[in-house]
Amino acid sequence: MTYANLYEPPGPRGIRRNRALAAGVALVLLAVAYFVFVRFDEKDQWAADKWTPLLRGDVWATFILPGLAGTLTAAVTGVVLAGLFGIVFATARMSDHRWIRMPAAAVVEFFRSVPLLLLIFFAFFGSFALLGTNISAFSAVVFGLTLYNGSVIAEIIRAGVQSLPRGQREAAYAMGMRKGQVMRLVLLPQALKAMMPALVSQFVVLLKDSALGLIVGYDELVDRGLNGIAANFSNVIPAAILIAAIFILINLSLDRLAHRLSAGRRRVTTPNPA
Amino acid sequence: MDALLIESDTVFAAFWMTVRLTAVSALGSLVLGVLLTAMRVAPLASLRGAAGVYVSVARNTPLTLVLLFTGLGVGANLGVELSDDIATNNFWLAVIGLTAYTSAFVCEALRSGLNTVPVGQAEAARSLGLGFVKTLALITLPQAFRSVVAPLGSIMIALTKNTTIALVVGVSEASVRMREMIETYGDQVIEIFFGFAAGFVLLCLPMGLAFGWLSRRMAVAR
Repeated sequence: MTYANLYEPPGPRGIRRNRALAAGVALVLLAVAYFVFVRFDEKDQWAADKWTPLLRGDVWATFILPGLAGTLTAAVTGVVLAGLFGIVFATARMSDHRWIRMPAAAVVEFFRSVPLLLLIFFAFFGSFALLGTNISAFSAVVFGLTLYNGSVIAEIIRAGVQSLPRGQREAAYAMGMRKGQVMRLVLLPQALKAMMPALVSQFVVLLKDSALGLIVGYDELVDRGLNGIAANFSNVIPAAILIAAIFILINLSLDRLAHRLSAGRRRVTTPNPA
Repeated sequence: MDALLIESDTVFAAFWMTVRLTAVSALGSLVLGVLLTAMRVAPLASLRGAAGVYVSVARNTPLTLVLLFTGLGVGANLGVELSDDIATNNFWLAVIGLTAYTSAFVCEALRSGLNTVPVGQAEAARSLGLGFVKTLALITLPQAFRSVVAPLGSIMIALTKNTTIALVVGVSEASVRMREMIETYGDQVIEIFFGFAAGFVLLCLPMGLAFGWLSRRMAVAR
């Protein structure tokens, strides 16, 4: 989108002025880039031997791929468990029984407002005092990811169910379905589909949050990159840029997937408006 | 409960750090976010491109990595020293990282707010002879702001919770204090966790209510 309505289409003078301004902007951006370049250069971060390790197969095999595997394992486990948590608590929060609805609401609201890192610390450092054994960093990370993102997903699903036309529920009841069947067979499938873009963006959040694992020593991509590669080749900047690029690549593809899903849905629903 | 009571001074000090980090970064990310929004809708393609790239990079990088990058990259490697005092230096590095990350989300919210402003508003401004900067600053952006108060509120609440990650650049705020206390008072883990969690609920709940009230009050009636 270009927001062309915010300014007049430039005339001959405007085009000349814009060109001059664009050149000025480019100069400023280049100056900033040059400043960064020089400062990093003083620390030798552009030297070829800081970058070539990133191309070596053994570096990928020892650091990047295992790190990526760690990140993805935590993220996928987190997505599955958070999804289950979300469905269960969304359903519970829409229950007809107050004694199910209220506790579910309290749990969801609580975990939504507690920082994820506190949940991870609680699980990781508190486990010995509570359970008598230390749980692994992986379990602590997944614990936090599940409770926090599960609560957010529960709210997304609930919003999805509430956005459905009332006729869906009424028709299902009219066919003689029971409460559980209405939810499971009619409302949830449609709500999940309608909320797919929001769910995918929450998965992006979850994937990014899995990087918090490094604070409790979970072996994931940021940890392997900054504490593994950078420690061996003292190339913090190149390593950080590579790791960021990997995350951005994954997240942008998820983003595109979300767009595709929502566009696909719109195509399907427009011909037969409810 | 004993541990929290005995240590209440240090707990409050830790939360005070959380509040300061949040306040300064919120201010910074609002300013930078407005600037980025203006760039993203500017007549110059180079400005639009630069802001677009910045936003998608900052939004899709984990905050942990952003903060580590400001700590190790900007701090240790670029040799940027913001203060002689290490604690103050780390505080400002954390603010830079949090601002850089949060401003991308502010920019996205404001841009979607601009979409809600009717085309006629900008057209009327232009017909009065206002240029791009004046149209944006006097007509469309103020209205955009009013329509995205609620999303901005969620961003600020997320920022409050995100300040816990500032520990990776060595700022000792609430999460650091909680970890230390769990290690010292192993018999009161649950009380300590719920105490700190309650601290964040107490910070975030009023923010949520205030932003909700503001968004209803500021909503543009159309």
